[in-house]
Amino acid sequence: MATVSEFRICPTTGLKVHSAAEKLIKANAVVAVVFLAIGGLFGLMVALTRWQAVHLLPADWFYLALTAHGFDVLLAWIIFFEIAVLYFASAILLNCRLAAPKVAWAAFWLMLIGALVANVAVLQGGSSVMFTSYVPMKAAPHFYLGLILFAVGALLGVAVFFGTLVIAKEEKTYEGSLPLVTFGAVTAAIIAVYTIASGAIILIPTFLWSIGLVSHIDTLMYKLVWWGMGHSSQQINVSAHVAVWYAIAALVLGAKPISEKVSRLAFLFYILFLQLASAHHLLAEPGLSAEWKVFNTSYAMYLAVLGSMIHGMTVPGSIEAAQRARGFNNGLFQWLRKAPWGNPAFSGMFLSLVMFGFIGGISGVVLGTEQINVMMHNTLYVPGHFHGTVVAGTTLAFMAITYLLVPLIFRREVMFPKLAKIQPYLFGLGVLGISVFMMGAGTLGVARRHWDMNFADAALTFDYPPAAFLMMALNGLSAVMAATGGLIFIVVVVGSVLFGKKVEGKIDLTGGAAVAKYGSAGTLKIPGTAVLVAVFFTCFVLYYFVNWKYLSELWPLR
Amino acid sequence: MAIQPPESRLWWKEPVAKVELIWVIVAFLWGLVMFFMMIYWHAAGKQNISSEAYRVDPASYQKKAEELAEKYKTGERAGIPIVKPPAGSDIYLIARLWQWWPIFELEKGKAYRLHISSLDWQHGFSLQPVNINLQVHPGYDFVQTITPKDKGEYTIVCNEYCGIGHHQMTGKIMVVD
Ligand code: HEM
Ligand SMILES: [Cu+2]
Ligand SMILES: [Cu+2]
Repeated sequence: MATVSEFRICPTTGLKVHSAAEKLIKANAVVAVVFLAIGGLFGLMVALTRWQAVHLLPADWFYLALTAHGFDVLLAWIIFFEIAVLYFASAILLNCRLAAPKVAWAAFWLMLIGALVANVAVLQGGSSVMFTSYVPMKAAPHFYLGLILFAVGALLGVAVFFGTLVIAKEEKTYEGSLPLVTFGAVTAAIIAVYTIASGAIILIPTFLWSIGLVSHIDTLMYKLVWWGMGHSSQQINVSAHVAVWYAIAALVLGAKPISEKVSRLAFLFYILFLQLASAHHLLAEPGLSAEWKVFNTSYAMYLAVLGSMIHGMTVPGSIEAAQRARGFNNGLFQWLRKAPWGNPAFSGMFLSLVMFGFIGGISGVVLGTEQINVMMHNTLYVPGHFHGTVVAGTTLAFMAITYLLVPLIFRREVMFPKLAKIQPYLFGLGVLGISVFMMGAGTLGVARRHWDMNFADAALTFDYPPAAFLMMALNGLSAVMAATGGLIFIVVVVGSVLFGKKVEGKIDLTGGAAVAKYGSAGTLKIPGTAVLVAVFFTCFVLYYFVNWKYLSELWPLR
Repeated sequence: MAIQPPESRLWWKEPVAKVELIWVIVAFLWGLVMFFMMIYWHAAGKQNISSEAYRVDPASYQKKAEELAEKYKTGERAGIPIVKPPAGSDIYLIARLWQWWPIFELEKGKAYRLHISSLDWQHGFSLQPVNINLQVHPGYDFVQTITPKDKGEYTIVCNEYCGIGHHQMTGKIMVVD
């Protein structure tokens, strides 16, 4: 049993905060941010290399930097932060002690050592295999070992989360059902177990192969299982960042879910229907039947997509309802105009929501359509799409909640408030550019993971259309903007955590979300959200069919 | 609030708001439309990747491709044979570090059974500027029946990272009348 002195009462939320949980959240979040800084720098260098007029790095360094970028941001930054989110959503939100803090620290160190080992392997130069490490291209054994250690650590962290839920239930630290945010975190954690199991099934034999104990790994089987990890881990990200959206809406505006039932059902869809969605990474692959592809992409995917489409309405809907209850009841959009746009937690969250839906979401479904994929597979359209999901969506959402974690968990005031205020816009706009311009270049055929779109050293030369070069220049400029936004985030967060003014007593999280004086509407009416959703749906349908139109003009294939 | 347990302990009995319900139904139906669109295209569309593929041993695949090239060779470019196989026939393309081999000359509007396989690592067949993209595995012979629509010179770019020469790996398909 934890003793009372291990807890403090949060003066702002009234929650009981377990000090071991708090320390672990801090450690994981800090390391996450450090990896974001390193990985983001690699990303900038990659983007500046692909801007043909700049062409920053030589070829070997380009492939090295791209491998490091993929690993450091997609795995290290995101998963360290997710572990922090899991501890927050369990121990903190449930007023509970964290199960087995020692195990949680072991998890932390395993992940950290694993991430460092993998980074060392990559920087040594012999493991520029990209984070997907498709066989039979071989990395140094310690590259795979690093990944495995990292995964084991993450699995332990997830176990601590589940343990904490059990303790909370037994010790009755909360009443009734789990809060929605915690429910979302449970979704993420369940998917994580499946994900890490797939990772183990494929990475352990690959490690043994790299040291010569296994003679052959089938390339197609590798991809099938690898994406069982690679795709599901994206569903962890989605579950986690949707939970973060709900958390921010609640903390900043006191927003309530429109209906608990629908929001929880939408999370459930993620668990039920994502397993086979690894199929949409294999649409251009030999050896898999069309029936298998159609069934698995759509059965599994469109119901998970349905889950996201539901959240895409219920999150802004809950914000609209909260704002209208505060009295912002004029017209369709007063609630939105009067939202706390100067509060980076809110603006980051809302930009994440909008861009995840419009950019990442729509492009993902189109890219994942069995036949349309042939026009996009392995072109820059693919990284364009996922910078819309995992950067504009997940990363921006995580940045946004960090602005609340700094005062709540680190108990420091956010420094440089003016910079913090513009940060989500700068980063968001930059990422918007990265996504859209890479998608544009991909539509023009430009290959991903490719050092030279001039093909200067190739025996048979070729030039992409001039528009493609323009796209890559704009991509480079957007990358500079995104990197500046990222740098500001890191300066603000690291500065605040180290040197920020200590917070005592109650704090105002709303960041100027005023309450209008005149009356409030008790009833639930969210016409503004209905309009937003209708606009989204129209864009979705149009873009979807435009791509079928393009496809119909392609050379016949059967 | 979403960070607290639901206010009503019987939250699953609360009614669902009407806008929410409408959206769930619309989104669900849209999912069905997208599902049936793929099936419809298999019946009515002309662009469907074939799932025809065979396990193949790289050495014997190479032999087949070389025999074909030998038989129908018409010239050479940058040391790579230019091969003009009969319309409608099976043609064998090799992907290897870092080359697409050979160069094919195909007739516009005629269908060919294009086989693609790798002799070493994975590669990405990316036909430009048409923008047809297929994954190439070692040990798998992937067969697509492809019909060139317009004449001209087309480039095969490698779009699966395959090591340090990845960006030098190009090939050609020439389409003639
Ligand atoms: C300053 C911010 C960023 C910039 C400028 C940037 C830019 C890029 C560029 C240009 C590529 C290479 C595309 C290619 O040549 O194939 C890339 C790849 C990638 N990025 Fe980013 N990125 C940024 C942030 C992020 C973040 C935060 C994440 C993840 C959370 C991320 C995940 C990835 C992944 C997974 C790849 C693919 C690597 C691979 O192909 O193996 N990026 N990024
Ligand atoms: Cu290649
Ligand atoms: Cu390649």
